[in-house]
Amino acid sequence: MTLRDFIDRLLGRQPASAGMARERLQLVLAHDRSDLNPELLEQMRREILEVVSRYVEIDVEEGDVSLETEDRVTALVANLPIKRARPNPPAPGNDPTMATA
Amino acid sequence: MGWPEFGAIISGMSGIPVTSAQNRTILICSGKGGVGKTTLTANLGIALAKQGARTAVLDADFGLRNLDLLLGLENRIVYTAQEVLAGSCRLEQALVKHKQEPNLSLLPAGNPRMLEWLTPDDMKKIVGLLAEQFDYVLIDCPAGIEDGFKNAAAACREALVVTTPEVSAVRDADRVIGLLQTREIKPIQLVLNRVRPRMMANQEMLSVSDVTDILALPLLGLVLEDDQVIVSTNRGEPLTLNGTRSPAGQAYTNVARRLRGEEVPLTDPTKEGKSLRAKLGRLMHTKIF
Repeated sequence: MTLRDFIDRLLGRQPASAGMARERLQLVLAHDRSDLNPELLEQMRREILEVVSRYVEIDVEEGDVSLETEDRVTALVANLPIKRARPNPPAPGNDPTMATA
Repeated sequence: MGWPEFGAIISGMSGIPVTSAQNRTILICSGKGGVGKTTLTANLGIALAKQGARTAVLDADFGLRNLDLLLGLENRIVYTAQEVLAGSCRLEQALVKHKQEPNLSLLPAGNPRMLEWLTPDDMKKIVGLLAEQFDYVLIDCPAGIEDGFKNAAAACREALVVTTPEVSAVRDADRVIGLLQTREIKPIQLVLNRVRPRMMANQEMLSVSDVTDILALPLLGLVLEDDQVIVSTNRGEPLTLNGTRSPAGQAYTNVARRLRGEEVPLTDPTKEGKSLRAKLGRLMHTKIF
């Protein structure tokens, strides 16, 4: 937080808009560059969580799957805190789609 | 400056001309309209010509041409690129030489009807002809990423992307950069236009590093918002023509110098001031926690 932000907050003023411009732009560019709309991203996020949670118990509340862009390269970044391993993960060789959580 | 006789060089429209490596064909594009492509093309053209480079500017916006107007050459157009392509006139008949700066010539666009039959090959042909006799060929690209852009991009080796520190302009620039990179156009360099230092210092405008970080292009120039730009377009005399001391005029001259390989330092507009106001501005943006 800068001194300016602090004073803004103290006086109940709206924060400076450049930060908002930066955040909105980064998000929209990540989608533009990857050609993924928010709906598809959400679907992908759900499926990734589903697959991962077959193997380990994850903290869904704390988890985050998002697109991040740096130097014109867009990456899918998943941050999924693991609570513990599943006691009985799907056996290797089995069709994973048949596994039950 | 020596000015070669065109007639002696151009032998007509037959064959695809071979361009030498020294000639630079540069696309000036932005995606979004109204960010200053044509103003940059006009000012850069004049500045390069003043620095001794034989320069041609080509208006590739066949639908809505304006480069002639900004250069004050609108009343001197007889033929256009359209007639050159059709073979009904020679290139040197269509080229309009700038009176005060004879190193600069304008090749006007055709009229809107031309869009129907203009192809990337037509554009390559015109640019190839220009590259035979000019050191720099600047192509003022139409807005958008449709056929007009694709035709112009097909004819260029390098590109300057113009943008302003606004979300819409930066987003559109990003699209254009992606398309240029897939066409293997390089280098692609950035000109940040219409910068307002006070708004930047107050963090009410994307900063220079915000834009360069997001677009990940080398910054070739930084042009401040300047009322003189409008005055100069009213007169049809680009700011770089008369060596004005206007901030934008100097910035355009510096863009030309950097383009030619000269090292001209870029200064952060928000850090320049030694005034109390500037110092206060910096204090306000110190991170406190």
